[in-house]
Amino acid sequence: MRLSQAWIVARHDLQLLRQRRGILAGLVALPVGIGLGFPALVEFLLIPRGGPDPASWAPMFIDAFAFWFVIGGAALPTSIASYSIVGEKVSKSLEPLLSTPTTDGEILLGKALAAFVPTVLAMWLGGVLFQGLIDLATVGPFGYLYYPNWQMAVELFLAMPLVALMAVEAAVVISSRVTDVRSAQQYASLIFVPMIFVYVAAEVVLPLNTLNLLLISAAFGVLVLGLFGVSLRAFRRDEILTRWK
Amino acid sequence: MIRAEGLTKRFGDVTAVDQVSFEVQEGEVFGFLGPNGAGKTTTIRMLTGLISKTGGTAEVAGCEVGNEADALRLRRQIGILPENVGLYEGSSAYENLEYFGELHRVDPVTLRRNIERLLRDMDLWEKREIRVETFSKGMKQKLAIARALVHDPILLFLDEPTANLDPEAAKMVRDTILELRNQKRTIFLNTHNLDEAQRVCDRVGVLRTRLLTVGSPRDLESTLFGRHTVVRLERCTEEIANAVRSRLGSRPVEIRGNELVVEVEDPERDNPEIAVAVVAAGGRILELSQPEASLEDVYLKLMRESGPAT
Repeated sequence: MRLSQAWIVARHDLQLLRQRRGILAGLVALPVGIGLGFPALVEFLLIPRGGPDPASWAPMFIDAFAFWFVIGGAALPTSIASYSIVGEKVSKSLEPLLSTPTTDGEILLGKALAAFVPTVLAMWLGGVLFQGLIDLATVGPFGYLYYPNWQMAVELFLAMPLVALMAVEAAVVISSRVTDVRSAQQYASLIFVPMIFVYVAAEVVLPLNTLNLLLISAAFGVLVLGLFGVSLRAFRRDEILTRWK
Repeated sequence: MIRAEGLTKRFGDVTAVDQVSFEVQEGEVFGFLGPNGAGKTTTIRMLTGLISKTGGTAEVAGCEVGNEADALRLRRQIGILPENVGLYEGSSAYENLEYFGELHRVDPVTLRRNIERLLRDMDLWEKREIRVETFSKGMKQKLAIARALVHDPILLFLDEPTANLDPEAAKMVRDTILELRNQKRTIFLNTHNLDEAQRVCDRVGVLRTRLLTVGSPRDLESTLFGRHTVVRLERCTEEIANAVRSRLGSRPVEIRGNELVVEVEDPERDNPEIAVAVVAAGGRILELSQPEASLEDVYLKLMRESGPAT
């Protein structure tokens, strides 16, 4: 596996991404929306209307809001990966690509990087915005800076990238079974659903503390490894040219 | 340059390519003729290592097809124009070629030089910065041929290069192939356009799952139909036919109305003898001609003989 060859594929896909304004808008809108929206909620609704000691109850809400960065990691790359794989399938450009001296793994890695890198960067950007604004809103009532903390670090640097990887892999598998970009996006967005279950379960069963987030990330890691094998099997040139719909 | 021996591809119970054997020499333009579903594209995909073969062996540009260790080396040495050109429509002509050049690891200086040469050769240099989506079908096809050549391959596979093109665009592409032929490139061409095969190919193979025959268009015509001389007479009689038979030995001679159809081996040797025999028998010759069977006749004959499509 030559990383430089995979990077040529990724760089080209990133160039093509610049032409798709709808996806770019989504890439910016979601993290910025989370980064602005939830702190605004904390500043203007929760703190003014909550109990006397915000430091005792507000962190629970803030932690729940922060988990949306993990959920967002599932939503963003699916649209990019669907375009980059099904889009090539629809425009019939996969066959010329496969006929170059590039291995299946290098093409797959390149396409995964093209979906993964912008997602992670956008979510990190939103995460910085979120933490800064939350600190601004809570430093007075709490009497200390809530962020940065380990919990957010695990979410942004471990859980969210793993979820993004899982979403890319799911998009690859789904792309091998559908014929148009819209269907691929719709099916791939279903990866969002288990994330919501995790979110609800985390609210009801186990609190979103650093240890539990590490455990959830470990589970994501196992799923990433499992899906990696499945996506590699789906993305073989023999399969693509003879069995993909 | 290409050697296939018993090449076979099965998809489940369906045999797409059955025991195909042939060779293509360096500098040769070899055409694969066959109807839709004959296995032409599958053969190209096997030879280029895009799909695995079920049976047989093949060697392309010194690389063993199906050997994983040889796969990248094989793809470095060949250029492919697939049936669907699959260009990046939102990118410019230059960007399309640049991307594929980079994937083939062509060094930047050589790549810039190759792109300029190819785009100029294809009359696309002035349009190099324009998005491909605005190009005509013929221009896209030429750009796709340029893409297949950007790394200067020693062997070019063209899969139905003029399919779905209007006559003007098809001519544009055919002229490009003829130019490549003049450059002594080795070309493997899939087509069901018989006229194109006749004009462009040194040798053709007729495929219908199995390889029915291989040879130069002219050899195939004479092998399958023989050569005939047609003598149109004022009045054709059995005496004249007998005179020709006795002059040429026991050669088949047939009367068709006022025409005498004579099977000949060497027209330059036999035709004067025929004329002498006819005149000596009192015949008045209006016309003496050498009609040739076309590749189309050869193709249709082979298709009829091979039975219905499977």
